[in-house]
Amino acid sequence: MDVESKVIEIVTREQHLPPGTVKRNSTFTELGIDSLDGVNILFALEEEFKIDIPDAVAQNMKSVAQVVDGLTRVLEGKDISDLVAIAKSGSPAASH
Amino acid sequence: MSQDGRKVVITGLGVFASTGKDRESFFDNLVNGRSGVRRISLFDPSPLSVQIAAEVPDYNPTDYFPAKRLDLLDRFTQFALIAARETMESSGLEVREEERPRFGVVVGSGMGGVQTFDSGCYSLYARGATRLHPFTIPKVMHNAPASQISMEYNAQGPSFSTSTACSSSGHAIGEALHLIKYGQADMILAGGSDTPITMSMMRSWESVRVLATGNGNPASACRPFSADREGFVMGEGAGILLLEEYGHARARGAKIFAEICGVGMTSDATARAIRLALEEARMRPDEVDYINAHGTGTPLNDLTETEVVKRVFGEHARHVPISSTKSMHGHAMGATGGIELVATVMALERGIIPPTANFTRPDPQCDLDYVPNQAREKPVSAAISNSFAFGGLNAVLMVRRLKADSD
Repeated sequence: MDVESKVIEIVTREQHLPPGTVKRNSTFTELGIDSLDGVNILFALEEEFKIDIPDAVAQNMKSVAQVVDGLTRVLEGKDISDLVAIAKSGSPAASH
Repeated sequence: MSQDGRKVVITGLGVFASTGKDRESFFDNLVNGRSGVRRISLFDPSPLSVQIAAEVPDYNPTDYFPAKRLDLLDRFTQFALIAARETMESSGLEVREEERPRFGVVVGSGMGGVQTFDSGCYSLYARGATRLHPFTIPKVMHNAPASQISMEYNAQGPSFSTSTACSSSGHAIGEALHLIKYGQADMILAGGSDTPITMSMMRSWESVRVLATGNGNPASACRPFSADREGFVMGEGAGILLLEEYGHARARGAKIFAEICGVGMTSDATARAIRLALEEARMRPDEVDYINAHGTGTPLNDLTETEVVKRVFGEHARHVPISSTKSMHGHAMGATGGIELVATVMALERGIIPPTANFTRPDPQCDLDYVPNQAREKPVSAAISNSFAFGGLNAVLMVRRLKADSD
């Protein structure tokens, strides 16, 4: 199964959404995924793919497409420094 | 607001316990002496010397919550939400948008999300997991019930949890009383929830040597104040009450179950806790006509509680009915004070005092009226409910019939 199908399957399962709801171009906001849901999905992806998703990459995952892209690059061991840079400049750090 | 503060009343009752999943069945079972204690079914208790507990029977979470919501709810938060829903329904309260900042939730728990934490630790230590689920924290934290209830009802006032073992509910309800009395809020859902029936908790309590055995006959294992008592039975559940400022309740035509008129909170001085509750209520000891005892059923608790009642109430101690409903619903830890206040308020409202079940024979040192085995029809105008916690932290709550003409 390709990465995109697996991501869609996991997001659908973790959000308890009806099959077919999650598409490649769905944003987390559209799917009602809040910050806590987001870390839950990350956890499920890490478990599924047996990987660690760096925080900087995780911060940039706000849509299914971004998850698929980030995950693909982590899986292929590609350079993710541009994603890190985007995360640092773009999204404000989560506050607790 | 006068210097004395505002009058606070109880306008909603909700309970989820081994002896009943709503207040009517709960009180009916208590009055009829039916025990909720049975062999543990939540896990295989065979390795334990004590294999019984007061579990909520036949509980199916998906009857109450959608799957997505359940992901975030430990059993103790599920119970708190279920009880709170009954409380809100019984109150008829519809909170208006502008009232939300005056609406709060104070829910105690002794053990918190111990079921989630237990299974997390098991996967970590026994199965070699290297990470825990990100929902572990929001499920385990003691304030989860207060958070989830406040979200469900969009309460935007003061909300928090208290944790004082067996007195957690008593402190929660006492704090709620004072928040309303002194003007910080107008409506508060207050009580407690605990679901400590796990292998780890049973093992922990087992070694304290305070649990009743009685595996062969669970229903009669807990025998408070009886000469042959041998300990408490672990329980679980939730008890939540709606506390409301009297003027607010009256203005909306609410059914008022009782006035909550005093709380006594002390460390290590149980007699003074009772005296402080009386003092706040401005009542004499001889005006109390029912005591819902802490009454755990351990040899020591019941003896000292008897002595304390004698010390505070003097001659009246011989005339005031005292009962321990823990004989039936077990010791639900941080929930027990909320569950017992529901029982106390219903006794006051209906003029029926639930009995101390399983009373076999009197202990010469416990020689008061413990309402043995049979419920008693008797008008109750004022009552106290005692919670004396492990660690010496006490909370005594006092309720009375609302006087029709008093403002």
